[in-house]
Amino acid sequence: MTTLETKDELVGRGNREGAAMFRDWFSELDNTAKTGGQAAYVFVMGSLNEILKTFDLPVVFPEINSLQTAVRHVAHEYLDEAEDYGYSPDICGYVKADVGTQLRGGEHPMAQIPKPSLTVLTNACNTYIKWAEIWERMYDTPTVTIDIPGTRQAGGQTWQGNSDFEADRKYVEVQLRELITVCEEVTGKKFDIDKFREVLGYANTMSRSWKRILELNNSKPSLFSALTDGTIFLGVANGFRGTEEGARYFERVVEEMEYKAANGIGQTIDEKYRLLFVGVPCYPIFRRFNELFTDWGGTFVNSTYLWFASGGTNRGFEYDLDNPLASLAEGVLISVRDAMDSMFHQNVALADMANTYDVDGIIYHPIKSCRTVSTGLADGRKHMTDELGIPSLFIESDMMDRRVVSEAQMKNRIDAFFEGLESRRQQTPSDGKG
Amino acid sequence: MPSSKAWNPADSKRRPTEKDEVITVAYAAGVDVGSTQTKAVIVDEGGVIVGRSLIDTGANVIKAAEDSFLIALKEHDLDEEEIEYVVGTGYGRYRVTFGNTQVTEISCHGRGAVHLFPNTRTVVDMGGQDTKAISVSADGEIVDFCMNDKCAAGTGRFLGAAAAALDIPIGDLGPVSLRSTKPIKISTTCTVFAESEILAWIGKGKKIEDILWGVHKSIASRSAGLMRRVGVNDEITFTGGVSRNLGMVKALEERLEKPLNISEDCHYMGALGAALFALDHVLTGRTPVSTAAGVIL
Repeated sequence: MTTLETKDELVGRGNREGAAMFRDWFSELDNTAKTGGQAAYVFVMGSLNEILKTFDLPVVFPEINSLQTAVRHVAHEYLDEAEDYGYSPDICGYVKADVGTQLRGGEHPMAQIPKPSLTVLTNACNTYIKWAEIWERMYDTPTVTIDIPGTRQAGGQTWQGNSDFEADRKYVEVQLRELITVCEEVTGKKFDIDKFREVLGYANTMSRSWKRILELNNSKPSLFSALTDGTIFLGVANGFRGTEEGARYFERVVEEMEYKAANGIGQTIDEKYRLLFVGVPCYPIFRRFNELFTDWGGTFVNSTYLWFASGGTNRGFEYDLDNPLASLAEGVLISVRDAMDSMFHQNVALADMANTYDVDGIIYHPIKSCRTVSTGLADGRKHMTDELGIPSLFIESDMMDRRVVSEAQMKNRIDAFFEGLESRRQQTPSDGKG
Repeated sequence: MPSSKAWNPADSKRRPTEKDEVITVAYAAGVDVGSTQTKAVIVDEGGVIVGRSLIDTGANVIKAAEDSFLIALKEHDLDEEEIEYVVGTGYGRYRVTFGNTQVTEISCHGRGAVHLFPNTRTVVDMGGQDTKAISVSADGEIVDFCMNDKCAAGTGRFLGAAAAALDIPIGDLGPVSLRSTKPIKISTTCTVFAESEILAWIGKGKKIEDILWGVHKSIASRSAGLMRRVGVNDEITFTGGVSRNLGMVKALEERLEKPLNISEDCHYMGALGAALFALDHVLTGRTPVSTAAGVIL
């Protein structure tokens, strides 16, 4: 293969293959729905795919279904349906778009969505608990809630070897055993420990690769957009966790990113400003939102979204295959706790990220739909800007509801933010960027 | 030459004669197309305002920008060709079709405020549909800013709703409110619901001045909240159309417990800042910071 062929084959491969896998995943769900097969409803912060894949259960991520209605510009139809039913405009848009999907009998722009045979959730998001109750009422679905002990105070995490940590790990392990029992009852299959080890092995490959991909994006120029490309990687990370396809995909993305890093191939724009993104993307104008930054040469090099929406798997925790269930409990505890910390104790990690990735600014995007990820952002922003001197921008909209997304107002703020950055750079031209 | 009298267009409205020694003066312009009104300012090379205009924006934004510019030119008897650089600002900045580039009104208000009041470190700009709190450096550089989101509460529109509900001209709102002796508390933060709340207070027999002072205090409270987010510094300049409302000036000063800088030109601050950015280009060749490809929204 010539150098040019290598470049053509590698650059953008992760996006192409990720999009194809995404379609395959929904095709499987469509088939499951039409043949009356079983499916598990799960969430991005602690999907427990490792156990569900051991039972060959297709997984449905209602959060991803909902955001897809926004990306495809039909979210309003689903939100209206739920609001006409009686849900308040103030309720999470993901929940309402899912309720709309359920009220339509699973009709969704990407596939026919199967009904749940089982629901698995964690307490990482308080809305998960009320959301799962909706399906419980609608379908009388078995629901398993895994209660993950969170960080009790900033900087107060406990780790392996600490007695509190060990107590928390055992608490999670007991709940995982209960989940396995429910899975056996629902599927009529016996838990296969060897298959479980195989699934954990694939998850290990994915976690290791995901961590590497994120690390590689500190290259200059950055290799991928944490906002747009990163969301494709996230889709595969969630839907294919614990599968061979998922593991191979992530190894191939590492190969692509290492090639790009070695050859200085960045994103498709000339990178002038390196940015961090905090919050959930603005899916109703997903591409356009990113362009409002790239028009100025702004690129997103990392985000808290890639952190919490991957369930904390960005940490790269790898399971001990000789001690699989205890190790899964440990991994879930550490990763989901980390996903929660991305919302409640993010400042230390953001400061570290800002340094590691040499960022010029932080974009905070609080959303109407989600108090969990949005509350505290104003304080966080104040800390990062006032205490650490990192320029930041605060723009409010939503991840689903186009009615509260004002592109003109957004553009005004974003333009002013870059005018300030540029003006500062003109006065201190020696910072070596741009 | 010694016998000729120097003619400087910056300080004279008469046309030069053949006997005059013509001093060439550079001019730059800023046009601020706001949601309610369009303002234009012409400055000479010393940064002195030599022409200004203010008209309603209306439905034809391009025409409003052109008309405003032409009126400002006329004030100093200038031709379009004499303006070396034009910067558009405001929500309609990309509709200033004759402009050379665009800068957001956030940067422009900061720049203009520091030009008029050099010790300004916080700017509060209250316009037709949004209120901005801006923190600025000594150079007029934007340090931080914050704006109302998704809602017109705390903006000029809120005052417009009150004027409509009480059937009094907008220009009378401030003076009438200052006559208040027993202010009432307006609890709604919604511009639409404000009207019904005001009518309810009228129904209870409250005086118009007391209701209006309550409206002013309500807006001042929300605006002060925005300002605290960026930091309320010692010297604050109040800009935008609402800065002409003395009731709002007093309400904000009471809320912040600080005096505010105001001037007749505060209404033109966005256009002035734009004109100063344009003047930078004329004098130094520095192009104002702007997106390479502006997108018309």
